[in-house]
Amino acid sequence: MSTTTFGWLVLAFPLLGTIVIGACFEKLPGRSAGWIGTAAIGLAFVAALATLISLQGHASDHRQLSSSLWNYASTAGIDAQMSILVDPLSVFMILVVTGISTTIHLYSVAYMDKDRGFARYFAYLNFFVFSMLLLVLAGNFLLLIVGWAFVGAASYLLISFWYRRTTATTAGIKAFVINVVGDVGLVLGTYFLFKHTGTLDFLEAFKAAPNVFSSGEADVTAGCLLLLVGAFAKSAQIPLHTWLPDAMEGPTPVSALIHAATMVTAGVYLIARMHPFFELAPAAQDTGAVIGCATLVIAATIALAQTDIKRVIAYSTMSQIGYMIMGVSIGAYAAGMFHLMTHAFFKALLFMGAGSIIGAMGGEQSLDKMKGFKRAMPFTFACFVIGGLALSGIPPFSGFFSKDEILLVTGERGGWHWALYVLGYAGAFMTAIYTFRMIFRAFYGDPVQEARELEGGHLHHAAEPTNPATGEVEDTDVGFPGPTHAIAERALPMRVAMSILAIGAIGAGLVQIPEVDDVITKFLEPSFAGSALYTVHTRNGLLWFGLILGTVLGLSGIAIAYRIWVKQPSIAVTARARLEPLYTLFVNKWYFDELIDTLVVKPAAAAGRFASTTFERVFVDGAIVGGATSLVRAGSASVRAIQTGLLRYYAALVVLGVAALGLYFLLQT
Amino acid sequence: MSSLLFFMAATGVIAGAIGVVTLSNPFYSVLALVGHLLSLAVLFLLLRAEFVAAAQVVVYAGAVMVLYVFVVAYVGDEEQALDGGLTRRPRARSADGRKLSGALFAGALLVELLIALLGSGLKAVEGAGAPYAPGPRTFGTPAYIGNLLLTRFLLVFEAASLMLLIAAVGGVVLARRRGGLDEEEDDRDRLTPLDILRPRGTGTMVEGVEGLALAHARGAGDLQEDNHSRAGGHAAGHTQRAHDTQASGGGW
Amino acid sequence: MSIAWYLAVSAIVFCTGAFGVMTRRNPLVVLLCLELMLNGANLSLIAFSRMWGNGDGQILAIIVMTVAACEVCIGLGMIVAIHRRRLPIDVDELRELQG
Repeated sequence: MSTTTFGWLVLAFPLLGTIVIGACFEKLPGRSAGWIGTAAIGLAFVAALATLISLQGHASDHRQLSSSLWNYASTAGIDAQMSILVDPLSVFMILVVTGISTTIHLYSVAYMDKDRGFARYFAYLNFFVFSMLLLVLAGNFLLLIVGWAFVGAASYLLISFWYRRTTATTAGIKAFVINVVGDVGLVLGTYFLFKHTGTLDFLEAFKAAPNVFSSGEADVTAGCLLLLVGAFAKSAQIPLHTWLPDAMEGPTPVSALIHAATMVTAGVYLIARMHPFFELAPAAQDTGAVIGCATLVIAATIALAQTDIKRVIAYSTMSQIGYMIMGVSIGAYAAGMFHLMTHAFFKALLFMGAGSIIGAMGGEQSLDKMKGFKRAMPFTFACFVIGGLALSGIPPFSGFFSKDEILLVTGERGGWHWALYVLGYAGAFMTAIYTFRMIFRAFYGDPVQEARELEGGHLHHAAEPTNPATGEVEDTDVGFPGPTHAIAERALPMRVAMSILAIGAIGAGLVQIPEVDDVITKFLEPSFAGSALYTVHTRNGLLWFGLILGTVLGLSGIAIAYRIWVKQPSIAVTARARLEPLYTLFVNKWYFDELIDTLVVKPAAAAGRFASTTFERVFVDGAIVGGATSLVRAGSASVRAIQTGLLRYYAALVVLGVAALGLYFLLQT
Repeated sequence: MSSLLFFMAATGVIAGAIGVVTLSNPFYSVLALVGHLLSLAVLFLLLRAEFVAAAQVVVYAGAVMVLYVFVVAYVGDEEQALDGGLTRRPRARSADGRKLSGALFAGALLVELLIALLGSGLKAVEGAGAPYAPGPRTFGTPAYIGNLLLTRFLLVFEAASLMLLIAAVGGVVLARRRGGLDEEEDDRDRLTPLDILRPRGTGTMVEGVEGLALAHARGAGDLQEDNHSRAGGHAAGHTQRAHDTQASGGGW
Repeated sequence: MSIAWYLAVSAIVFCTGAFGVMTRRNPLVVLLCLELMLNGANLSLIAFSRMWGNGDGQILAIIVMTVAACEVCIGLGMIVAIHRRRLPIDVDELRELQG
């Protein structure tokens, strides 16, 4: 079987899974929907592996293979095929996506066990994986946009999965609306590029790019900036990031999959894929780098002040994606993709651990209420620590190598990129602090009541199920979370999934140890063959400096966190009191929500109100509709006046008519 | 001689016409019309239409006008005001306007007709006509007319007689009294089989005006009353009645 | 006398009848004026028949008379029925066709 056939299989399995689960969900016995879903993604992963092996069988300059099934949309000027592009970049992405998705599906089988929407969940999750794979494997702009939109839709469906919770549905709508803004940017950017290249196909467009655009030209810069808008919306960068923390309303595995490992990385993938255009638009590249760096820092500061455990991890995701965006914007494609892979491992692991501890708390998500779970949940604690170490960039964990490689390339660019370098390391420092703040607060200290119950062997259940965000009492019927809570210590599928990810978090960095091996760089090279920025001369001095600096900052961050939250919690209190305005800024998420509300939401709502009350009432109803009807009414009223019923009136009209007729005939002669 | 006769007859014709229009008492108008018709018969005679002139006098002036006299005597100009008294109604304000516009239109028509008939374009109208040759079948004699009626215009003749029959039947239907001397009977609803079978809520005007319950209760009630009075069974009638009202209008 | 005189008389009679129809209020008189109009037409028919020398016009005049008789029958019957219903005998009041 050829490489591209495997590529089509990768797409086919999740699609089949969705259709089967969606169509037969009532007839599927027990929990088989979950196993079908997991099997579908597992098969997709196997197919992805097959694709990889098959691809590597080709010569290295023949590794960009495109295959088309049928003519999708062919009209004047546009020729879009139903085609996929199998090349190292897309194979890399599908491996990450299917691999992480399989573990998450496995985890979900246990996590969502008693939920009434079990089958619906897996249908949506398979649909999501299919959409993400479509996005990544797309061979032309049209399919990319289709996959992009599907992913947004799947994200909405999954965020508002517990649809009878108003907080969840509001969050889903928010995510969808912001994603649509990104979609608009993506489509308009595509237009700008298409205007000159004349083709929607990737390979042809990339080939044509240097010929039709000169560097820094207006159209290509505009197109790339609009593509960046799309990337920022999907990857939750400033200022289109406000949806990501609210998206934590969805079930934890959803957060793990969509908002850590796959969907939010679509923006990174986009920039990497469009590198021929980005390299012709340095302004867009600089914009991406700056925004990425800004997001990195701001998200880290916000995470320092959050108390909801899932939101801490969410802001951490935002921050790490900032790293990746910064990386691919300045041309460190391999480093950015490498960080994407390692981040997927440890972030999904952290989310899974968070799900486990939330289960132990009976649905409560606030760090203020969690303490001392170390003895009660050793496995979860171990996973958290592994994930936290990887996130903080401690060697030899995976996060260390990937993050430092990005920062290395940033430093090597020189010039004003040194500012990004410094800020990147500052962000790494803060990352270590907030990560271990979270771990120490949840696992150290005197065990809370739920932890003590668990040590005694009893899983705590809340007396009344409540919404973790607002605290209002809820149901456990369809549309709300099920009555049981699963923890890793008791559910085998969860443990298996988390173990796989833990191994990945520990060992994934070993594929790209600088100066030792650079598997990723070599693997991805055929995709970036035409790039001027890909192969870069590495300065050893900066490399070692960066590595040591990263380690030091990570360890000192952990130490500070240990000092504050394990040894002497009063430091935190006094620090907060002294830095009160800064703390307020961080806790309120830098007031971005309020800013967007004032700038965008309120004017839009006011415009809508004006349209519906004034404009609609006065202009449309009054003038247009009312005018037309009153015109007709006046006309018919005047005609009706003739119908007097008076005989003589009619007779007079008859005589008048005869006279007129006679006059006419007289004049004729 | 014939010109003199013409002018005398013409004067009679026009005077009668003006009399019909202007005399206020309808009886006098009828008499003016009779005079008009007699003068018109003289004109017909002048035009060698003997039979038509005779028919005019006998049929028109003799029968139709007598009929008119009867009706005028019966009806007259009783103007019954809305409150029941026999008051003479005041002249409506718009009467003058009507008279003026009437005069205008009729005058316009007259002018046009005169131009048409007497204008220079009317070359075909010449004076002499057919010569007078007395005999049994000459122009205008009854034999002549009869011959035409039964040969060339047979269909017309038959159609005219059919029309007369229809008119006679129509006249009888219009003027008959129905069901006894009590004239209020005419206002009562006539129940047709359709009324009995009519289902509820079909959206008829009866339902729309009187309400769903009342329409059906009344229809059913009337029927029940008829049955009731004929059968004479009180108990059965009452229970039927109650059942019907219950079925048709539960609480209104 | 040339035909034209008869035709002129006929036109005058016709228009007088039209004026009467438009002006009078009593339906009986309106019907009478209608008769006037018919008679005016009759006169011109007879005049033309004389001019052409064949009897078509006279036959038509007889038929017109028949029609007039029928129409009078029906019209008077209606007036009698209206009178019996105690409605006012006034064309201005009888206007159920209004609308």
